[in-house]
Amino acid sequence: MDILLQIIVTGIATGGVYGLIALGFVLIFKATGILNLATGAFMTLGAFVCLTVLSKFGAPFWIAFLCTLAFAFVLGIVIERIILRPLIGEPIISVIMVTIGLSSILQGLTHIIWSPEYRSFPEIFPPEPLDLGFAVVPSGLLWGFIFAAVGTIVFILIFKLTRTGVAMRATASDQQAALSMGISVRWIFALSWSYGALAAVIGGIVIGNISGISIYLGDIGLKVLAVIILGGLDSIGGAILGGLIIGVLENLAGIYLDPLFGGGVKDVAPFFILVLIIMIRPYGLFGKKIIERV
Amino acid sequence: MRCGDFKESYIKDEEIFQSLFVKFWLALLLIFLIILPFLADAYVLYVANLIGFAIIGAVGLNILTGFTGQISLGHAAFVGVGGYTAAVLMTQLDFSFWLALPCAGFAAAVAGLIIGIPSLRVKGLYLCIATLAAQFIFEFIFIHWESVTHGIRGINVPAPNFGGLILDTEKRFYYLTLIVVVLGVAYARNLIRSRVGRAFVAIRDRDLAAEIMGISLFRYKLTAFAISSFYAGIAGALWVSFMRIVTPDHFPFHLSIQYLAMVIVGGLGSILGSIFGAIFMILTPEVLNTLSSALSKMIPGLGQLFIPMKEVVFGALIVFFLIFEPLGLAEIWRRIKAFFLLWPFSY
Repeated sequence: MDILLQIIVTGIATGGVYGLIALGFVLIFKATGILNLATGAFMTLGAFVCLTVLSKFGAPFWIAFLCTLAFAFVLGIVIERIILRPLIGEPIISVIMVTIGLSSILQGLTHIIWSPEYRSFPEIFPPEPLDLGFAVVPSGLLWGFIFAAVGTIVFILIFKLTRTGVAMRATASDQQAALSMGISVRWIFALSWSYGALAAVIGGIVIGNISGISIYLGDIGLKVLAVIILGGLDSIGGAILGGLIIGVLENLAGIYLDPLFGGGVKDVAPFFILVLIIMIRPYGLFGKKIIERV
Repeated sequence: MRCGDFKESYIKDEEIFQSLFVKFWLALLLIFLIILPFLADAYVLYVANLIGFAIIGAVGLNILTGFTGQISLGHAAFVGVGGYTAAVLMTQLDFSFWLALPCAGFAAAVAGLIIGIPSLRVKGLYLCIATLAAQFIFEFIFIHWESVTHGIRGINVPAPNFGGLILDTEKRFYYLTLIVVVLGVAYARNLIRSRVGRAFVAIRDRDLAAEIMGISLFRYKLTAFAISSFYAGIAGALWVSFMRIVTPDHFPFHLSIQYLAMVIVGGLGSILGSIFGAIFMILTPEVLNTLSSALSKMIPGLGQLFIPMKEVVFGALIVFFLIFEPLGLAEIWRRIKAFFLLWPFSY
């Protein structure tokens, strides 16, 4: 029983981080209809930028964090402008492949600028784990969860309360109408990419904190696809709930199924869940049911 | 300028070898390909073999993605299924290579049918993600089905034996590859002008309209998946027999992307394009390799940058072609041909 509770608590903490990364996908998808498969590369890049500012310039963590956010913001806008805008209205395969190509470019650049060896994040959070009485949460996961939760809440508030947020939601629901209300859809597209990149780099920093930084850090990005499919591609709430569910299921599978298959189940379980969801309920828990059945 | 070339019937228009001119140059190309082993060294033949496997896989993927419009991010998984089937049949059940090769194709086709099932319910983005998931699931199976695949240690594969002649050098294997490539391309070229091929194109262009015209989506989508995976399986079987070993590392997600890149860079919906794409995407890293080893004598430390450089160039090529030349190399080729056809009256 204790083990089960412990697994669930760990799963929820991991799931919070997944939810944040999933937000990176959803923010972009909601406004522009593009599934950004370069999210993983954004994460890696963000983690490295943060680490460099921290270690090279000896800046305190919050400055490094803000620098990374600024970097991600600019990165998102530049990428949208240069690479994605020429492809508006192109078939889906072009758009998907361009994000894959982008991912390859970014990963290669990261590899060139920072060498591929593994390195650990300097200790920025107090290392004591949190004891809940029935379960223990490791420090990295705990702070990761807190970061993810705060990040998610800030994004939701931006979406619900600010003018930009309203403009983004308007664009998501009807581009023509948004245009006729004087919203610059182009700017909203660029901004969605920035926000997506922001969510991704925060996710990257958090993951880097938990498990160290290498150029393969972003591989988690593909696992998060299961989260967004489960939650519904265009639902922020779905991304968070999906993250928690996948986090818990993945950890359960890791503990209970690993002995049966000889390890590695934890990493592949999300993809099994993914296939199941696509077969049964492709629009996910909260997604818009616009998917065409064939 | 070409003159006197009039087509009087639909059949004439659909001919593969449209004129004596084309037949002549194709024959010349074939002769060149046949005598190539006597002119080239082992490295060139090694690359030529790789190009051959890539062409088979890319043509298969183009049938699925370019002609039928079903995006697959899991092509490497089918290549893997083919490779493993061949390896297991040859080592554990003592099949001869010539029997294992078609078996590998059929095994991959069955895998393709299974992965193709989601395509009956979802399309576009969702199908893309489903095939991506399939890729990772197959990778997991390759690694963890120890009793059959021997996990990450892999299986050592014997070289094919052709009536006593063991195809264990690049040169000997080259002819096998060449024959399979020619057969595969010829079949694909014929397939797309048949009833089935036209059904594929109709499904790509508008699936609802296709269904209304009496094309069974169920049947043809699965057919496309099966044929495409069959090609992938053959490519996989040839590849592992050429490399003489099969491990799960041979079929990563990156390989799937590479096949898609070949199809896109070459030209979606063009058999010729897949050939161009395969040649281009295999040659680019090799050229980069040569360049970097030549330059690294002058600039030390460049050698370590080679792998990430390859990645950057690979991504940049995809992005560049998608933005500036979405119809790919096939379109560039068409433009060059058109230039000479119309010359000197190009307006």
